[in-house]
Parts: sequence; C-alpha cells; structure tokens
Amino acid sequence: MTATTTATTMKAQPRTAKFWAGVAFITISLLALPFVLAMVGTAWVRITNLAILFIFLSLGLNIVVGFAGLLDLGYIAFFGVGAYVYALLASPHFNIHLPFWIILPIGALAACFFGVILGAPTLKLRGDYLAIVTLGFGEIVRVFLNNLSRPINITNGPKGLAQIDPICIGSVSSNPYNCSGISFRGTDKFLGLDFSGPIKYYYLLLIFLIAVIIINKRLQDSRIGRAWEAIREDEIAARAMGINTTNVKLLAFAMGASFGGIAGGMFSAMQGFISPESFILVESIMVLAMVVLGGMGNIWGVMLGAVLLSFVPELLRYTVEPFQKAMFGKMLVEPEVIRMLLFGLALVLVMLYRPSGILPSSVRQRAGAANPAKA
Amino acid sequence: MDIFIQQIINGLTLGCVYAVVALGYTMVYGIIQLINFAHGDIVMIGAMMSFTVITSLLAANTGLPPLVILAIATAFAVPVCMLTAYVMEKVAYKPLRNAPRLAPLITAIGVSILLQHIAMLIWGRSPKGFPDLIKLENYSIGGAVISNIQIGIILLSVVMMAGLVWLIYRTKMGVAMRATSQNQAVAGLMGVNVNKVITSTFTIGAALAAVAGIMIGTYYSQAQYTMGELLGLKAFCAAVLGGIGNIAGAMLGGILLGLVEALGTGYIGDFTNNIFGSNYRDVFAFLVLILVLVFRPSGILGERVGDRA
Repeated sequence: MTATTTATTMKAQPRTAKFWAGVAFITISLLALPFVLAMVGTAWVRITNLAILFIFLSLGLNIVVGFAGLLDLGYIAFFGVGAYVYALLASPHFNIHLPFWIILPIGALAACFFGVILGAPTLKLRGDYLAIVTLGFGEIVRVFLNNLSRPINITNGPKGLAQIDPICIGSVSSNPYNCSGISFRGTDKFLGLDFSGPIKYYYLLLIFLIAVIIINKRLQDSRIGRAWEAIREDEIAARAMGINTTNVKLLAFAMGASFGGIAGGMFSAMQGFISPESFILVESIMVLAMVVLGGMGNIWGVMLGAVLLSFVPELLRYTVEPFQKAMFGKMLVEPEVIRMLLFGLALVLVMLYRPSGILPSSVRQRAGAANPAKA
Repeated sequence: MDIFIQQIINGLTLGCVYAVVALGYTMVYGIIQLINFAHGDIVMIGAMMSFTVITSLLAANTGLPPLVILAIATAFAVPVCMLTAYVMEKVAYKPLRNAPRLAPLITAIGVSILLQHIAMLIWGRSPKGFPDLIKLENYSIGGAVISNIQIGIILLSVVMMAGLVWLIYRTKMGVAMRATSQNQAVAGLMGVNVNKVITSTFTIGAALAAVAGIMIGTYYSQAQYTMGELLGLKAFCAAVLGGIGNIAGAMLGGILLGLVEALGTGYIGDFTNNIFGSNYRDVFAFLVLILVLVFRPSGILGERVGDRA
C-alpha cells in the first residue's frame, strides 16, 4: 500500500519531506533485507530471489494480460526459452562461456522471436482461442525441451542442464574458473559484511526489478500503453480510432516475451541447473494467478500478487509441519498437500471476495462501478 | 496397411473419450464462456470412484458378472461427479457470474488444485492399477486388432453423444440450454430459469466426464490423481478445434484429435527416420490445434461471430 500512495503522491503533489522519508525508508529496508533474511537462513534469501524473479515475470505477463487484455496461458515457455538460451551459452554442455551481458539480450531476443512467431498468425484469434493456442505453445515447448536430446543433444532431455555458469561481472568469459571480475559464486567480504552468492543475486535482481517497474510504468502512461488499454476495452473502437491493432498487440506479446526471456536467463544463472520440470503449465498458471489475484493492469497490485503467491506457500511449508506436530503430536497430512490445498482455497476465496483482484486497476474499478455486468 | 487400420482403431477409441470429455467443456463454455479448468479433474474423480467400487466389490467376492460390477461402479461414480460439479458451480462459479472474465478462470484453477489434492489424500499419490475386470478379447479386422474394450468404449461414447444430442435438440431442457447460451438475459425474460439451466449444464457435463473416467480407467487399466490434467487439456483442445460452444464440433474435434494423435505417434518415426519418436505424442494435439486455428480462427464448425463485448 505504501508503494501506491507514494506513486500517487509523486504525480499529484510536490515532493515533500515526508515523501523523501518514505523513499529513504523503503530503500534502506530493501538494502538491509537480505542480511536480515540471511540471519534467519540463506534459504530465505533464495526464496526472496525467486519471489523477485516471479515479480519480474508477472510484470512481463501483466503487459500481455493486464495492459493489452490478451489471455496468455503459455507464458512460462518464454521464460524457458530464456533460461535454456542462457544455459546453452554459459555451461560446459557445449563448452561455451559467454558473459551474461551478451547472453541476456540474446535470450530476450530469442524469446521475443518465439513470441512473434506465435503471435503473428494467432493474434487475430478471439480471447479464449488465443488462450488455448498459447497454452498449446507452452506444451509444445515443454515437449521439445524434454526430447531434444536426440538426434543432436541440445537440451539434454528431462535430465536438464547443470553446471550453468554463475554471473560474472567484468569478464569476457563467464567460466567460473577464470572469472576475472566479480563472480556471483561464493562469498565475498565487502565493508565488513559477508556477501554470499544469493545476496549478490538479490541486489542484481533488485536493480533489474526497479528497471522493469520503471519500464512498465512508462509504458502504461505512453501512447502504446493507451493503445493497449483501448484494445483491451474495445478492439473495434480502437481500430476505428486508427490504432493498428495487429501490430500493437504483437508488440505487447513480444515485449512480454522478452521480459520472460530475461527473467529466464537470470533464473538459469541463479539456480545453476535447469530442467523442463521448471517450465510446465502449472508455472504459467501460477504467474497468471499472480497477475489476476493482485489486480491485473495495476503494477502495484500485480507485484503484491506475486509477493503473496511466492511467499505464502513457503511460509506454509515452514509453519504447517510444526503446527500439526503441536496440535496432534504427529504428522497427519504431508505439508506439501496442505500447502497445495490451502493454495487452491486461497485462489478461490480471494477471487470470490475481490473479483477484480486485491488492488484493482483504476480503469477496472471505473468500469466495474459503471456497469458491473461488463468489464 | 494393417498398421494404418490399427492406428485408426486406436485413434477412434481415444478420440471417442476425448469427444465425451470435450462435450463437458464446450457446453459450459457455450453457456457461460468459462474455461472450466476443473473438468479434467472431474474425469479423474470418476475414474477413482469407480476404482474404489470395483476393487471393493471384487474383494467382497460377490461373484457378480463383470458388466454388472462396471454398471454398479458407474452408478456410484456418476452421482458423485455430478454432486462435485454441483457444489463446485454453486461455491466457486455462481457468485462470480458478473465478475471480470478472468476471475472465474482463476477460481477454476483453484478448484482444480483442490480436487487433485483432495483426491490425493483419499487415494494416494501412486497410480492405482485397475483390476482386469473384463477379459480382453481381440477380434481382427483387415489385419488389425480391435479389442472388446475398444468396441465397448466406442459404442458407449456414440450412445452417450446421441443421448446428449437428443437432450439438447429434442427436449424442453435442451431448448432452455440453447436459449441461455444465445442470450442469458432474454432467455430469463422468456421464463427460463437461467440458474437452473447453468447448474444442470455443469452436472450433465460431469456425468459424461464420470463415464469417460471409467472408460479411460478400464482402457489403460490405471488411474492417478493427476490423470485429469493432460486429458482435460487435450479435450479442451478438441472442443476448441471443433469450434467451442458447438456440440457437433466437440465430437468432431475429439475424434479428429484422437486420430491425429494415434496416426502421428504411429508414423512420426517412419517419416523422420526415427529421429523423432513417439515421445512427441503430446505435441500433435497442440500442433494441429494451432494450425487449424490459423486457417479457421473459430474452429472447424464454429461460426464466425463478430466481436461483441
């Protein structure tokens, strides 16, 4: 909520001391967060990193679903393309070790390319037809990732790719054994603080995230953003107003895909190992749930949704087991199952009580108030 | 040539099951424009229920003939699935009738997750092997083999589809369903109880799904809590392929998908010198779907409708 208020203050009023205090507070807490988490356990830093990655992903999907109103059920495929591009270009698999600042753009371009290939022929489809086509695309990508180990071993099949190089800043080869710059592997001492691998990734991801938030915000308020909104609300009217709907929709698709590609690259570098398991339909649905649950079209809502859906299952993982032991003295139900049950229940309940998401976008609030049947 | 006929037979069997499941998707979509993600899991519940009934009847040594046991299993599974669908509709979809379109989609996903994990709690994580209730008998046609189970599945599917067509085009209920799918508000004004129609659409779809679950269970002789996922997706593909909301389209799409999958899996090795094998099986359904939709954006039998908000 603080974020929303800051955002509105920014536009409406001159920046007061209170505003700057808020910014300073948020900055300091974000900077200090990984060290606080590291005290609880490094696992929580990793979880936070994944959460940031998912915020990143859901902001990318928000462009497609929230801004342009195109339902994409195969978004994770672009994430997968980015991840595999990174893994192939920076691992012993082909013995290529390109630096990350070359691979990430390549990954984004590759994902964008797939987005355009998929989008160009199919974007003329009406809403749910597009949804199933994107879903099919996601499945096709998954099957290929699983099986492209023959005739030439490209993806290494279900076993996945391992020993992916961690990010290495300031070196031409990302090979971890001759990284001459700042390696994201292992712990460095700096200013008397222990910067472990996950903490370093946290800061890098944070920078990426801030960039993507700014891009999203600027896109939303731009000419393109207004065109997307127009298409979402009424495609025919938008076309009548002179918007080239095909190109603008394709742009949304390609941009969403590129963000997915970049996130995939980061995921690869961070995890060091990827397999097709990470790019299944459930993940697409998870990202979509983050977008819709938070309030699609509203950047802050989407971020909130992503944070909730990334952390709540993890919190449950750590609380369900002790809780059962305390209540019944033994484990009645596997924590994983309870976690999924509560997750499913949460999806249903949140939607029942907040059908437009937790923080609905202002446009949707308006439309909902004027005519509850439409929107 | 006999391999060709064999693949056609296998494809038809599978296609019939897809078609029956696809009908559930297409009916719900036709009426409230909702992709009911949980429909595949209803199929799973049907298979699991019948598994429980069949094994307990066999364990009780009742000595009943296999067909009677199957009939009893069906008689248990169908109402359970209908009840599940009824509750699901009442709790998760009905309150969201006027909500933004994606809201019920997310609840559908939530319900699907819930159903899967409840089933896992009840029946466990590992696949359940269906007992070989019906003795497998093979008949040969033109060098290919068709089993009595396959014949049964095809016949039963055809009967169910015919029954559904009769229900939709020859009964008062069917008129009400068609009216509701065309225009809910006007149907309501004409005295149709829209809520009742929507509920019965869900339950009819669930009844079909339950039978499909039993058929799949006996055909593959196993059932697992995740079995509804991919099956549901492909059936939904079939519904879209034929033109979603269109009853005949769902049947056509289902059978077409089954045939494409069987033939594709059977021949891909020969065509590509075994570079690509049957592990690409799951690709065909989606590939065909994308190709068809590129050329016929509303599916094979779908009408071209103008964009209406």
